Amino acid sequence: MPKMPSERKEEQYLKEREKFFEMLPKLNRRQFLKVAMASAAVALAKNQFPPHSFQLVEAVEAKQGKTEVKFRFAYISDTHLYERKLNERFVRAALKAVQDVNALDPQPDFVLFGGDLAQLGQPEELKLGKEILSELKAKVYMMVGEHDWYLDLGEKWMELFGQPWYSFDHKGVHFIVLNSVLVDDYWTETKMTPMERMKFMAQLDNPKGKPFTVGRGYGDVGKRQFEWLKQDLAKISKDTPIVVFSHSPLYKYYKPWNFWTDDAEEVQALLRPFKNVTVIHGHTHQPVFNKIGNINFYGMLSTAWPWPYAPTGLPKLTIKMNRADPFDQFDGCGDGTVEVLTNGKADKIYNLWSREPMKVSARYLESGGKEDVPPLPLDPSF
Amino acid sequence: MKGKFSFGVLMLLSVLLFLSGRVNITSAVEGDDSKKSDKKVITACDGETKLVLNDVKSNEVMTREKAQEVASMLLATYQQQKKYQATKFTRRDSLIWERELKAMIEEGYKWFHDPSLGTNGISCDMCHPDAADTHPETYPKFQVQLKKIALLRDMINWCIENPMEGKPLDESDPRLKAMEAYIIWARANQDVRPHAKILNPGKR
Repeated sequence: MPKMPSERKEEQYLKEREKFFEMLPKLNRRQFLKVAMASAAVALAKNQFPPHSFQLVEAVEAKQGKTEVKFRFAYISDTHLYERKLNERFVRAALKAVQDVNALDPQPDFVLFGGDLAQLGQPEELKLGKEILSELKAKVYMMVGEHDWYLDLGEKWMELFGQPWYSFDHKGVHFIVLNSVLVDDYWTETKMTPMERMKFMAQLDNPKGKPFTVGRGYGDVGKRQFEWLKQDLAKISKDTPIVVFSHSPLYKYYKPWNFWTDDAEEVQALLRPFKNVTVIHGHTHQPVFNKIGNINFYGMLSTAWPWPYAPTGLPKLTIKMNRADPFDQFDGCGDGTVEVLTNGKADKIYNLWSREPMKVSARYLESGGKEDVPPLPLDPSF
Repeated sequence: MKGKFSFGVLMLLSVLLFLSGRVNITSAVEGDDSKKSDKKVITACDGETKLVLNDVKSNEVMTREKAQEVASMLLATYQQQKKYQATKFTRRDSLIWERELKAMIEEGYKWFHDPSLGTNGISCDMCHPDAADTHPETYPKFQVQLKKIALLRDMINWCIENPMEGKPLDESDPRLKAMEAYIIWARANQDVRPHAKILNPGKR
């Protein structure tokens, strides 16, 4: 039997009243005074606020700025460096990103490097990358991509940059960095040389390519990482905001190009109990954003080149940038920043070179794309 | 039957032309050659059907009307000889054709993924995995940045020259043809987005 409108109204009233009394003790002094003043104003204004509404507390909270920016960090990703004498263009682009971040005022709390520092994982490329990133004023946290790893299975990377997976805390937010590009062994049986193995992995549209995982793949690397992740998450409370950095998107976007993590559901399940989770990933070289369950996903830009959007699987919430101009080396590329808010969520700013910056907020993702919509590009993306 | 009707018309036409003396031919038989008689010989596209023109020298340029009559005669002769020969091909033929096509496309695929076309380590598939965003079906079009009409091969060469910093390929280079073949094949039967049907010059 459906409820009568008056019954529903009464239910609503009782719910709001309950909530109001719940919230009252949680207010601090300033907020309480504001509420007191607001209710006095209601009495004076006579029906400006419907008398049965208990939404005053929300109004005060919002004004108080729960969505204020707590801190910022910057990112540079997917530089794909070759040695300078072979390719100047990628070096110039990486230096441009470093300049951008160094010019930020105030400086970000730290800089994340999103993976694929080198193009073919060679020591000279990795060293060149380290040299370029050392010019950054802020502290740098490194993350590995498949182009860094598969020449020597991470030997040089670990020598230069340390552990491929780790976590740290910053201003009450728990950060996790993963090596999400672990794949099944495709090189032993076929007796590939290291460079063959690297080139096999480097080709995005490789029809024989193996899908990325976090917890599986060759040897026991994945199993160890997954175990570590479980234990790391067990140590923090469910209310702590979490930001996860991974190279591949921790969801399934387009398998033929490995815009994909094969055990994404398992990783998402580990993160489900937490209230605020944001995943920042590289590899896709384009503005792409998604929301699955309690997790907000933001993809980073590359400095080297933009990938086209995949023909299928694009998250519905993503607003595509329009087609990159092949005549402009920097178009479709860039760097960016992430603003972590006081409510534990994160907004992303895409600093697209040759274009207006694009801001994608948690509010946009959580409203199902209805609020705070980023401006749509004028030209079609194709 | 329609076929029989048009055949009849062509037969009539060729007979009339012949009788009118305006087209003076010695032979229209396969395998005949001009020897040293300095008469113009026109061969059809099958490489076999020939007309030897008695009243036209081999180095003579015909008037438009004459040329049209000769062309009509040649076509009629071709159809008269070949008409009831349906193009016969065997399963072996079609397997060979497919194999050749596959080889060409694979050759194109190989060059598409090869950074040695340029000098800086970049290859086509870096911006165009699976030949995405190449849009061969939109060519020819006015390529705004080149300030002229471009064909697909012009853009391939532009990419080799600019982002890949290499030397553009010669028009007759088999690699260029192979890459064109691969790109066209890869993008055929893909979802053609509506805007591609409107001739969108390559603007941003």
